[in-house]
Amino acid sequence: MSSNGIRDRVAIIGMGCTKFGEHWDLGADDLMVAAANDAFASAGIDKAAVDAYWLGTAQTGMSGITLARPLELQAKPVTRVENYCASGSEALRQAAYAVAAGAYDVAMAVGVEKVKDSGYQGLNANNPPNDGTGRTLTAAAMFSMVAPAYARKYGVSDGEIRDAMAHIAAKNHFNGARNERAQFRREVSVETICSAPAVAGTLGLYDCAGVADGAAAAIVVRAEDALRYVKDPLYIKALSFVAGNGNGLADPSYDYTTFPEVVQAATDAYAQAGITEPRSQLAMAEVHDCFTPTELVLMEDLGFSDRGIAWKEVLAGAFDLDGDLPVNPDGGLKSFGHPVGASGLRMLFEPWLQLRGEAPPERRVANDRRLALTQNLGGYPGEMVAFVSIVGTDST
Amino acid sequence: MRGIVGASGYIPRGRLDLATIAPVSGSGGGKGVRSVASYDEDTTTMAVEAGRLALRSVPDIRPDTLWFSTVTPAYVDKTNATAIHAALRLDAGAAAIDLGGAQRSAIGALSIALRSTGVQLVVAADLRTGLPGSSDEAAGGDGAAAVIVGDTGLIAEFLGGASMTAEFLDRWRTPGDVRSKVWEERFGETKYTALGQRAWQEALKTAGVEPDTVDRVVITGLHGRAARAAGGRLKRPIVDDLGIGNTGAAHPLLLLTAALETAAPGETIALVVLADGADVALFRATDAIAARRSPRPVAAQAQSGADVPYGKFLSWRGVLPTEPPRRPEPARLSASAAGRSEQWKFGFVAARDPGSGDPQLPPRPSGGEPVPMADVAGTIATFTVDRLAYSPSPPIVFAIVDFDGGGRLPVELTDVRPDEVRIGGRVEMTFRKLSTADGIHNYFWKARPVVPEARKETVVPEARKETVVPEARKETVVPEARKETVVPEARKETDVQ
Repeated sequence: MSSNGIRDRVAIIGMGCTKFGEHWDLGADDLMVAAANDAFASAGIDKAAVDAYWLGTAQTGMSGITLARPLELQAKPVTRVENYCASGSEALRQAAYAVAAGAYDVAMAVGVEKVKDSGYQGLNANNPPNDGTGRTLTAAAMFSMVAPAYARKYGVSDGEIRDAMAHIAAKNHFNGARNERAQFRREVSVETICSAPAVAGTLGLYDCAGVADGAAAAIVVRAEDALRYVKDPLYIKALSFVAGNGNGLADPSYDYTTFPEVVQAATDAYAQAGITEPRSQLAMAEVHDCFTPTELVLMEDLGFSDRGIAWKEVLAGAFDLDGDLPVNPDGGLKSFGHPVGASGLRMLFEPWLQLRGEAPPERRVANDRRLALTQNLGGYPGEMVAFVSIVGTDST
Repeated sequence: MRGIVGASGYIPRGRLDLATIAPVSGSGGGKGVRSVASYDEDTTTMAVEAGRLALRSVPDIRPDTLWFSTVTPAYVDKTNATAIHAALRLDAGAAAIDLGGAQRSAIGALSIALRSTGVQLVVAADLRTGLPGSSDEAAGGDGAAAVIVGDTGLIAEFLGGASMTAEFLDRWRTPGDVRSKVWEERFGETKYTALGQRAWQEALKTAGVEPDTVDRVVITGLHGRAARAAGGRLKRPIVDDLGIGNTGAAHPLLLLTAALETAAPGETIALVVLADGADVALFRATDAIAARRSPRPVAAQAQSGADVPYGKFLSWRGVLPTEPPRRPEPARLSASAAGRSEQWKFGFVAARDPGSGDPQLPPRPSGGEPVPMADVAGTIATFTVDRLAYSPSPPIVFAIVDFDGGGRLPVELTDVRPDEVRIGGRVEMTFRKLSTADGIHNYFWKARPVVPEARKETVVPEARKETVVPEARKETVVPEARKETVVPEARKETDVQ
């Protein structure tokens, strides 16, 4: 694929992120206002200084009015975007491109999802009217097909794959226990993870991300303007997005051990950012750990591990908080839950803290690298949207 | 000469052990089993299955008319035969007509077809319900049968028949009720015996057949005592030898099909139906019948099956409401969207991919010529069990199916227990009801383990529990099955999920 990228042309000057959780007492409006106000405060500006807004939400509201009303915006262009579970990342992408294009000086991306008003556990999609022939499986079931496929392809035993999945869950809960914004703040033992009730296939309860309400926001400006706002902005090195065409579901050669859309998006992002050795060049990565086998496969799709060995490297602690390349140091979807439209921007919030030295000591990554990656996906194996961003503290 | 061109039956996989009824309901039940339509089956889907089998036996036949008869229609006001018509991919010019409401309508449809012209497909299906502990619950069964009537390529000639009608209250049901009520048995018995005698004499006369030359007499009716009494006066009666219960509207055609499946050339078969009168039809098997044995005879289907717990049976029939999964129920489908995808949704017709040449499932805008896939078998590439998703009978078993000759579809499995599924397992497509919302039934296709086919020379076994083990085809590459996966030994097992 060809993309020119906008490396070092746009910078993030402020971010905000609410605590994620079952906010029975907060509505979507409250969450959006809280995240936006945090972002305004961190950038040192007010809402009038923002020229244009993008709101990422899957199902919480329609149109830009969903954001313009609670923020009481005056005559601003506000666009609501939806791209499955990557809606928050999509909002950032649109805001950054608008600034890079010169259309606006200051733009804001807000992501929100109020999930816990549905009356049901889990995420539930409101599909448009249709002929009734579509799949009705849960995401858990679709992703559950990855684990046995991976194990079979690489000769990994049932016990080994189970241990690797449990390690991922335990690692992310360990990190989340050290994050005040996370929904679940307790460490979870491998024994507890392995003995949890079955949800789908070989996935147990702790192999699945939780469900939460939340919001996050980011403010972007032209890179050359960034230092006028803050002393330590984050520069956007790459933004990459691929929408699969669903062919994986119909292609007999697709084997459920990789997400081709993620591979394509990562390849593009690394080219934009000039990254050749992600494992050693990145300080940290936030990835879409909706289910533990998803994170396992992502380690290979993102080039952090060679094919077929990520399970070993996971077990060896390569992606732990004190490992080679810390993955999901904030606790990930596992600890935060997944308010669909907010998650992409929540992922970006961790590099915002980590690379700028604001992460608390108990979960600070130990290396001194200056680049970080976020990877956000939506959909299912075989039919997926994939987003990858790379940000860094250096302006060139 | 007019007669029968082909006939097939469909008996759903589920079996209710009648001995399990009384411990719950306090009375009723008895010995033996009844057939049970799965939660995702109704009279329309069972009719499709029977119709597919019948049409498969005579591939070149295009019916001019489809008659569908049932006592338990999925819809009223709307025709049910149109969904069957769509699933069987009949020509738009072929009429699809319901003859419903009463059990007698099935033999009525057959009579119309036999006295009509052209190729007529008569399908009857029924789902027999009753209150817990009732004799209808224990004596009933679920199933379907399809008979193709025409003028050429006959397996049985229609020799003639007769019909006697009388108005009397034997059994009745208020529309919408799950139960029928019956008058004192002796009354109906008296009426039916007399009507049966008159129809029998009249039919023999009309057909010019001597009573002694009738080889088999198939007698059926929901009034079991009357049918047995009528049979008692004849030399070689077969009241009901299937052992799956009385399938109501479907039963006359199901028993006729079963008789034809074992008939020798030249054999004369009489069908006697006692339902609000008496109808008799006489047939003589032709020489062609020997070469047209069904790969899935009714008797073999009757002898296979999988136990359904009584509680599940009651729940499936809506008699015992159980807590649904705590997930949103499916939204109703869009009539216009479903209308646009009739070929895919009902006919399971894919489109040829212009690049790879493989079938596109579902068809995409680039798709070329239609590729009918309903009769194409496939192999399970991988699968999962979803314990969270909404289903009328959780959990959902779901598989990625690679079809023989190309094409892949992620699709729900049915008629299978989770522990029976294995990678490399062979499946075939079956027409089912996915869900119902706002009174709209969402019909589509699922995959089920390939039903074992009887070999042509196989004599139908006597023992009830003996079945043929489904064998994966030789060319199938069977990847390492998971440790816990058990290959189904026989289809007579416990607990249909």
